[in-house]
Amino acid sequence: MIKLTINGQKIAAEDGMSILDAALAHGIEIPALCHDPDLKPESSCRLCLVEVDGRPWPRVACGTPVRDGMVVETNTPEIREIRRDILQLLLDNHPNDCLTCQKAGECLLQKYAYEYGVTFRTHEGARRGGERARFTDTSSPYILRDESKCILCGKCISTCAELNERSVLSFAGRGFETKVAADRDETLEASTCVSCGRCVAVCPVGALIDRRVREKKIRPWEADRQTIQCKACEYGCEYEVLEKGSERVIRPLSPSEGRPLCLKGRLFVEAEVSSELRTPYKKEETEKGRKFVRTTWIEALELDGILDRIAHTESESDK
Amino acid sequence: MSMTFEKLKEIREETLNRMNLRGFPSDKPNAPYRWSVAICMETSCMSSKSPQIKQRLLDLIVRDGKENEIEVVGTGCFGLCEAGPIVIVRPGDTFYYRLDVEDIDRIYESHLLGGEPVRDLIYPESITDDGYLSYFEIPFMAHQERVALRSSGHIDPEDIREYIALGGYEALYKALVEMTPDDVIDVITESGLRGRGGGGFITGRKWRATQASPGDEKFIICNADEGEPGAFMDRSILEGDPHSVIEAMTIAGYAIGSDQGYVYVRAEYPIAVERLEKAIGQANDLGLLGANIFGTGFSFNLEIRLGAGAFVCGETTALAASIEGRRGMPRSRPPYSADKGLWGKPTMINNVETFANVPYIILNGAEAFKKVGTENSPGTKVLALSGKIKNVGLVEIPMGTTLRQLVEEIGGGIPNGKAFKAVQTGGPSGGCIGPELLDTPIDFDRLAEIGSMMGPGGMIVLDEDVCAVDVARFYMDFIVDESCGKCTPCREGTKRMLEILIDITEGRGDETSIPRLERLARTTELASLCGLGQTAANPILSTLKSFRDEYEAHIKEKRCPAGVCKALTNNLTKDD
Ligand SMILES: Cc1cc2nc3c(=O)[nH]c(=O)nc-3n(C[C@H](O)[C@H](O)[C@H](O)COP(=O)(O)O)c2cc1C
Ligand code: SF4
Ligand code: SF4
Ligand code: SF4
Ligand code: SF4
Ligand code: FES
Ligand code: FES
Repeated sequence: MIKLTINGQKIAAEDGMSILDAALAHGIEIPALCHDPDLKPESSCRLCLVEVDGRPWPRVACGTPVRDGMVVETNTPEIREIRRDILQLLLDNHPNDCLTCQKAGECLLQKYAYEYGVTFRTHEGARRGGERARFTDTSSPYILRDESKCILCGKCISTCAELNERSVLSFAGRGFETKVAADRDETLEASTCVSCGRCVAVCPVGALIDRRVREKKIRPWEADRQTIQCKACEYGCEYEVLEKGSERVIRPLSPSEGRPLCLKGRLFVEAEVSSELRTPYKKEETEKGRKFVRTTWIEALELDGILDRIAHTESESDK
Repeated sequence: MSMTFEKLKEIREETLNRMNLRGFPSDKPNAPYRWSVAICMETSCMSSKSPQIKQRLLDLIVRDGKENEIEVVGTGCFGLCEAGPIVIVRPGDTFYYRLDVEDIDRIYESHLLGGEPVRDLIYPESITDDGYLSYFEIPFMAHQERVALRSSGHIDPEDIREYIALGGYEALYKALVEMTPDDVIDVITESGLRGRGGGGFITGRKWRATQASPGDEKFIICNADEGEPGAFMDRSILEGDPHSVIEAMTIAGYAIGSDQGYVYVRAEYPIAVERLEKAIGQANDLGLLGANIFGTGFSFNLEIRLGAGAFVCGETTALAASIEGRRGMPRSRPPYSADKGLWGKPTMINNVETFANVPYIILNGAEAFKKVGTENSPGTKVLALSGKIKNVGLVEIPMGTTLRQLVEEIGGGIPNGKAFKAVQTGGPSGGCIGPELLDTPIDFDRLAEIGSMMGPGGMIVLDEDVCAVDVARFYMDFIVDESCGKCTPCREGTKRMLEILIDITEGRGDETSIPRLERLARTTELASLCGLGQTAANPILSTLKSFRDEYEAHIKEKRCPAGVCKALTNNLTKDD
């Protein structure tokens, strides 16, 4: 056991824990955009910087393990100033689209900008992906991508790579031109993406959006929300049901404890609880590369064989 | 082949006997040669035709059957690259400079056959009333002290026997046979050697940490990525004396308990790579690398890995990622390389020049090493002198030499009667040091105190024709291109700083420009993930310190005092 002080409060933590986790366990929240409890720390957003032992060089709370006797300050004026600057740098390179953004309400950038009083501002400088908000990749019926909203936290890349055979996403380009690319910078449709939705579930901003939720125009704060488990296989991945009026849609929740998430499971849950059965799509290899094609529910859920068998058995017993 | 001390000595004696003209008298010189001609075979001289000169000379020698009288050696860099291609004739160390291929005919006829040096081809500054100075007596060499470059220019880097002749691989023998790994680390620690790759980290401490880190498999990496613009210290060492690095890495392997090393070389250094490959081959053939070295049971294997061509790949964690075949992006520390480096195993990374010092320290002891240099920065530093300076080239100076000595004496001052303006140390991570700070001694701590840094060793001299804001813009442009894009402050902040600098140089600066620069500089420095971002604002902060008035002239008067910024040339009023 390790004893340390955070914001004057003496706390106990386990060896190997990060400052961020130790703080969180004691109700002290440290702003963090790239941290995810299920992924190894990338420490790329730099928002979680804290003061350690009074030293002038701040350390990232998400990537610094606790040490006995450590004295941490998470909210000094200097630290707040750095965080404000980082948020401003992000907003200066971000479309002013919260009004119509699907992510509004649960967007972490929005949350911290509010908390720190940082606003969008007009300026002459360069922008990634242009000024106007738009989806830059609409090739997938399940996922909408908007590179201009991406804050390059890297979470989508890490979560996709948790499953070796997926590993679709990676960083491409460098410096200011860095972006997240699917395979060799292809559309999600042309790439090997299996539409599992892991990346969408971890994205802290509106850069990756669940298209089928968006199409119903339901934002989380106006919906009744409920977590359910997928019954398609023994992993039991978690999905969230969003209910607004007579509409009911679902979306995958961040996978933990080795759960994979998959498209079949998603469609299974959709079939089970959504208010309307909307056309499912599957990816096919064609001569012109990978394409999304409409499919039937029976095929999407791979039920054809089973249904045939049931029908056959029942007609036999009817005789 | 397995190597023994006797065999090593045998090679040494044998080879030394034929090297007696090169300033290393042997006990029983058999003086086979009347003349020894050293021709520089490093990148700079090679691009100005030194290989053709060598070929021409060999042809003449063969034509006349003089093989037994005249020795021709392709060597590493002599330092004064600006005067290249350089040929030095021994005895006498006659320094011929900027030769054309035809000139070698005259040197051959007159000097080598007739004993009469060709005065008009000799470096003018070495000519005196009653003859001429040897290369080692010219003002350029006066303050220099050669430790890391001890063999460069004397030996043929492609011949391991010549390295051995000058005591090469004796330090390895001494370490493996007479010392324990702890002894080795103790000597390196006592010597006070600090990392020459820029950070100045105490080498012995790093070796100790990696040795102490638990693990069966450990790695040694030599960082030869050298991405700093204008720098070529590491290239020169690899081209001129590759075995010094190989020997040192093997010693390091023994000290920390690693049997595998990698040299991560910038892919743009084909000659260095080729020489290194050859050298590794020869060391393997002689049993100085590979299994059971000197019969001690210690084995060490060395491989080359080519750099991915990005400045940031010189950063230790990005370098490891690059060797592993991943994108060269730094990661947050901890874990440190000493605990989890390459492939998650304990890894010790040192710079080329750091390694080049190691055999010298092992062989001569910590005290000998500490005789030169300052208390906190013992030893020497290799620097690449470039820009607006007369003697462009490579120098090795004792730590503590002042910037003024470097610029005015070794460097020979500013050409064309121009005034000195600043010297940029540490490249894009360092600072621009103005005339008021010229008496600062060159050592790790003193340069850091004045807001610059030693850096890997590039020293770019700027004269009065250079605009300070434009210099800051140049480096920020480099950084923006080289930022890996991983962390917010560096990816976004450096771009914004560049935009402000461009605004200032193009006449769009206003009263908010400098405060905004200073604020961004601070955030980038404090919040960036790796050294690249943490030091990215140094060129801005240091030029602001020494040349704030120039920034203000651009902003308030829309005037570039140096007359460099084109958008402002209409308002040009050159300061006198
Ligand atoms: C952006 C960046 C680039 C670097 N490039 C180099 C390089 O090209 N060569 C080098 O030796 N060290 C470079 N370094 C320093 C290394 O990270 C590391 O400190 C050094 O190789 C350690 O060796 P040393 O202790 O012998 O100096 C770089 C550091 C940063 C942050
Ligand atoms: S991603 Fe967040 S900050 Fe960006 S527009 Fe959407 S809600 Fe606003
Ligand atoms: S949907 Fe799944 S497979 Fe496709 S990019 Fe996202 S995480 Fe990777
Ligand atoms: S798409 Fe989302 S999760 Fe991926 S890097 Fe961008 S912001 Fe992060
Ligand atoms: S400081 Fe710059 S180079 Fe270093 S990790 Fe951050 S973005 Fe990459
Ligand atoms: S959460 Fe720690 S750096 Fe992003
Ligand atoms: S390269 Fe020939 S003297 Fe430097």
